[in-house]
Amino acid sequence: MKTVELRTPLDERQISQLESGDKVFLSGVIYTARDAAHKRLVALIDEGKELPFDLKGAVIYYVGPAPSKPGQVINSAGPTTSYRMDLFTPLLLEHGLKGTIGKGPRSKKVRDSMVSNGGVYFAAVGGAAAGIASSVKKAEIIAYDDLGPEAIRKLVVERMPLFVVNDIRGNDLFEAGVSNYRREE
Amino acid sequence: MRELDVTSITEAVKDLSIRTNIHLPDDVKKALRDALEKEESPLGREILQVILENHDIAERENMPICQDTGVAIVFLEVGQEVHLTGGALEDAVNEGVRQGYKEAYLRKSMVDDPVIRRKNTGDNTPAVIYTRIVPGDEVKIVFAPKGGGAENMSEVRMMTAADGIEGVKDFVVDRVARSGGNPCPPIVVGVGLGGSFEKCAMLAKEALMRPVGEPNPDPVYDEVERELLRRINNLGIGPQGLGGRITALAVHIKTVACHIASMPVAVNIQCHVNRHGETII
Repeated sequence: MKTVELRTPLDERQISQLESGDKVFLSGVIYTARDAAHKRLVALIDEGKELPFDLKGAVIYYVGPAPSKPGQVINSAGPTTSYRMDLFTPLLLEHGLKGTIGKGPRSKKVRDSMVSNGGVYFAAVGGAAAGIASSVKKAEIIAYDDLGPEAIRKLVVERMPLFVVNDIRGNDLFEAGVSNYRREE
Repeated sequence: MRELDVTSITEAVKDLSIRTNIHLPDDVKKALRDALEKEESPLGREILQVILENHDIAERENMPICQDTGVAIVFLEVGQEVHLTGGALEDAVNEGVRQGYKEAYLRKSMVDDPVIRRKNTGDNTPAVIYTRIVPGDEVKIVFAPKGGGAENMSEVRMMTAADGIEGVKDFVVDRVARSGGNPCPPIVVGVGLGGSFEKCAMLAKEALMRPVGEPNPDPVYDEVERELLRRINNLGIGPQGLGGRITALAVHIKTVACHIASMPVAVNIQCHVNRHGETII
């Protein structure tokens, strides 16, 4: 386990050095999307239309932030539970998505897709939302304003603290962590 | 008969919605500090530290602890000596939610239709309101913002007498095991036993309102809670599900009588941001 400074967009070389359990400080542009936005993104791909942002090397953060106060970059913005996006993630990975950020484990299909397409899944600390907001330096809604908290936002983050859960070798920090601390009754 | 204008209920709900989303109850904070002492996993300890620091940041910056400021769950106990004036009770509660979530920049997380249209209502209403008429001339309001991630891991099962207490324990532990890191552990587990299909779910929710660290008044169920907590923490799920000794801060059981044919069991999972507060008018 090591600590890695990472900057988006992510490429193959950056991805391949990441190992499950690494601590990452992520900087650069990331995009927010959760349930409703994913449905729309996948529909656009199915229809062969252009997406609101370039998926190549992109990182998606599963978050619906609290509304910003006047003069505030972003309000509390912690991760939401990732499995709800599992249905959509493989298709996005096939179209160039390299990283996702959320909380909770991913399905086997998503993990397999990360191995075959070269993607990683990061965990942010769920419920630590006010603290996470301080690593967001810019935030702008770029699509689906009508979805309110579920709109797609372009964020510029600086040293956002994350943990690598799934790497491209198929390792899973949830499985490893739980097996380390499980005690048989 | 005491006359009470419902605007006082609007005010109280508004204040509670803001306070509970920014300030965590002391019992929950203490339980998380204790968890940090006990946690053996270095990653688990780091996560607990981040969680504790976040409480301070939220209070200092006047920001919600979690971006998911929840569905507004409101328990009302209205004294039967109270005559409410100035409008409808539920409208007054919803107005309090509307004002509080707007004023404090809390997230609006409600959609109008659960399945097909799913359009955000824009003001976090409607609240989920439960009203009981009780003796007295006071109105008690308990406000609990409930996040979606942990709520999604909850379950009701209609068990039978033959399943017994061992069946209940296995179901609760299995429900937590299947939840893994999804509900933002360390969690609080509310268990409702008895009543009917919907009543046991209510009991499980009410059980979450008991302060963490306060024992079950029934020694028999207190013992069951202790055993369940041990078994749940032996699952190894740990903070955020990334492995560790502390998966749950507490298990709270609430029981009520039930039909001879039934043994309804509900498990309501609560994340570490175990928010609730109350006001008596």
